[in-house]
Amino acid sequence: MKHSVLHTALAAIAIFGAGNMAASAAWEPVRPVEFIVPAGTGGGADQMARTIQGIVTKHSLMKQPMVVINKSGGAGGEGFLDVKGSGNNPHKIIITLSNLFTTPLATGIPFNWKDMTPVAMLALDEFVLWVNAEKPYTTVKDYVDAVKQAPAGGMKMGGTGSKQEDQIITVALEKATGTKFTYIPYKGGGEVAVQLVGNHVDSTVNNPIEAVAQWRGGKLRPLCVFDAKQMTYDEVVADGKGWKDIPTCKSQGLDIEYLMLRGIFMSPKATKDQVEYYVELFKKVRATPEWQDFMKSGAFNTTFLTGADYAKWVETEEKRHEALMKEAGFLAAP
Amino acid sequence: MEELVNLFHGFAVALQPFNIMVMILGIVLGVIIGVLPGLGGANGVAILLPLTFSMPPTSAIIMLSCIYWGALFGGAITSILFNIPGEPWSVATTFDGYPMAQKGKAGEALTAAFTSSFVGALFAVVMITLVAPLVASFALRFGPAEKFAVYFLAFCSFVGLSKEPPFKTIAAMMIGFALAAVGLDSITGQLRLTFGSTELLNGFDFLIAVIGLFGIGEILLTMEEGLAFRGGKAKIDLRVVLQTWKEMPKYWVTSLRSCLIGCWMGVTPAGATPASFMSYGIAKRVSKNGKNFGKGEIEGVVAPETAAHAAGTAALLPMLSLGVPGSPTAAVLLGGLLIWGLQPGPMLFVEQKEFVWGLIASMYLGNLVGLIVVLTCVPIFAAILRVPFSIIAPLILVLCAIGAYSVHSSTFDVVLMLVFGVVGYLLKKCNYPLAPLVLAIVLGDKAEEAFRQSLLGSQGSLGVFFSNSLVGTIMVLGLIALFWSAIQEGYSRLRPHSVA
Repeated sequence: MKHSVLHTALAAIAIFGAGNMAASAAWEPVRPVEFIVPAGTGGGADQMARTIQGIVTKHSLMKQPMVVINKSGGAGGEGFLDVKGSGNNPHKIIITLSNLFTTPLATGIPFNWKDMTPVAMLALDEFVLWVNAEKPYTTVKDYVDAVKQAPAGGMKMGGTGSKQEDQIITVALEKATGTKFTYIPYKGGGEVAVQLVGNHVDSTVNNPIEAVAQWRGGKLRPLCVFDAKQMTYDEVVADGKGWKDIPTCKSQGLDIEYLMLRGIFMSPKATKDQVEYYVELFKKVRATPEWQDFMKSGAFNTTFLTGADYAKWVETEEKRHEALMKEAGFLAAP
Repeated sequence: MEELVNLFHGFAVALQPFNIMVMILGIVLGVIIGVLPGLGGANGVAILLPLTFSMPPTSAIIMLSCIYWGALFGGAITSILFNIPGEPWSVATTFDGYPMAQKGKAGEALTAAFTSSFVGALFAVVMITLVAPLVASFALRFGPAEKFAVYFLAFCSFVGLSKEPPFKTIAAMMIGFALAAVGLDSITGQLRLTFGSTELLNGFDFLIAVIGLFGIGEILLTMEEGLAFRGGKAKIDLRVVLQTWKEMPKYWVTSLRSCLIGCWMGVTPAGATPASFMSYGIAKRVSKNGKNFGKGEIEGVVAPETAAHAAGTAALLPMLSLGVPGSPTAAVLLGGLLIWGLQPGPMLFVEQKEFVWGLIASMYLGNLVGLIVVLTCVPIFAAILRVPFSIIAPLILVLCAIGAYSVHSSTFDVVLMLVFGVVGYLLKKCNYPLAPLVLAIVLGDKAEEAFRQSLLGSQGSLGVFFSNSLVGTIMVLGLIALFWSAIQEGYSRLRPHSVA
């Protein structure tokens, strides 16, 4: 008699359990999720990844823990190759920056974004042309005139990394204005901004989040933003001006647009259900007030794309980077 | 005066019961992190960062900075007991700390290390309290050329230190430079010396090399000597702390000099590692006991530990006031600030007074709490040396392997660590000094980067290294340090002639 009671109970649990499974999403992480950052600690991608980790933990958006791991070797190549080699492991996601395109093109490591599964574009990072606030240049024209008057290579542009986004923009600037800069690569964006404050370089193309503190402190001056339209954040930052008051570079006669991808990819053989799980997760992350504060503090462009739209965007960007880098002579020797 | 008022307000914030609790928790976690080789303060803080998101920002930064102090303290423990630096800046502590432990003076060495750390940190905090804005603007004067000059000085103050022939020192240093060159060349964005191997993309991490060269190398040497572990006689009661304290005031000149070196290196920001090396090198040059350095001289523990802690503490200043981290751990803390919605930079001191002064007050209290915690544990740490070597050696090996793995979560690094162990053993057998090799791995790529950035800016002219009084002075100091022994020798040769 006891025996059959037990059986019934077990059967009930089994049915209940199965019903539960069918009702919820088909796939969920069963192990801790590794969140790879193909850059060092403290940089823009790292900050975003750790913010997401904090939001996921604080709001209990995932049953399993999320672990941020930095794999910055070879300009991020280490992290990309790790995900490429992870087969169908659904517990590994990666946040990307422009090195998704630039690293394989410049170093020739065997990697392409198609070696991973696109999940979602979280945001786009803006680029702004900055000069030291002590200098007399208040418009792009003032600055470009000064660069033209200086001997070739006399003006120094500081940037993060070599043959990466900052240097690509610098080359585009040179082409658009018919000038020549001396590009000096540094390790991190914060360091670049401080070198500009110390007058060790003449201008930078820092992301908003890297330079905002120095702008608020009255040390730096933004000249223009490399986007098609002005930024939308209208909070006053310094001198009665906010992000939305910075003109686009195009309106100032510099026809250059550049935005950096902050997106998520995962293992190459991930199934549709698994991708869907992470898309839903990031939708929840984006809805939190912490995320919105983070977007505001870095003046991010908050475009969100998934699925085919996202893949198409990445493909277009890849072609653009290939063309830009080829023109600049940044491609690795075959 | 306004600073003092702010500071007392800060103490009131830091002394809230919840904040004291997170302070002690942070110190204990930090010591554990510092003891584990390879885990490191930066990784530790990064791992624990998310835990603090639900706390108020001031409590969160107190906890994280206490982890940082704890790691600074903890790094000295394994360096002294087992010749394994838990943190890069404790390498110089092994030079005299480990010989002291071998002589049965582990307790003294640990006490000296912890006390010096405290003194260094205290000095740096006082400096931050009083002259923060001034120091911050000094840091702005450091461009690539100035940075290279600092690295140059660090190398120069170290060349010719060892008793081995200078060519062996140079050979060891060159091997270090070669190893530092592997990986991505940050100036051209090209891969160097990786031979198509993806494992080498990252280059040789300094920590892996150090764990292997020192830790594994030392175990191999001890094995050769018949598993004799020469630290067994360590006294293990708390009186050793008081005895060492009586002796320490004698070294006030060394302490003061090391504090200054540390603060300078922390602010510029070159970091705690060059500070400890430079301080050790200079102490050896100018101290009366210089000849005994390397054989277990307490002054050889005081110098690097004071400087490392002063630098580690001072490194927080440029982070807060400029947004430039002075150390990898400070870089992670910087990320934390942004997540808590605080914008580091010139305005932080104006807009977030409670936060900034709460943090500064917690530096005073955190270091005091840290000192008490680690000093009471000195007998326990020293007692570890009484465990027979055949039991402790496998444990150390496992610890080293875990440490090496945790640096990049890669098994290749564990193999690499073993290879470095064999290399370290061979070099020691052939009397090649390991310190210059390590110094070159740590600072080689940074020095190269700064050198090439300077030359890019000056369009190839070496004159940039003498282009202003600041960089010129540091370069000249470096050259003097480099030729110091030659100058001394020439001087002593000249003297009899002039008398005659």
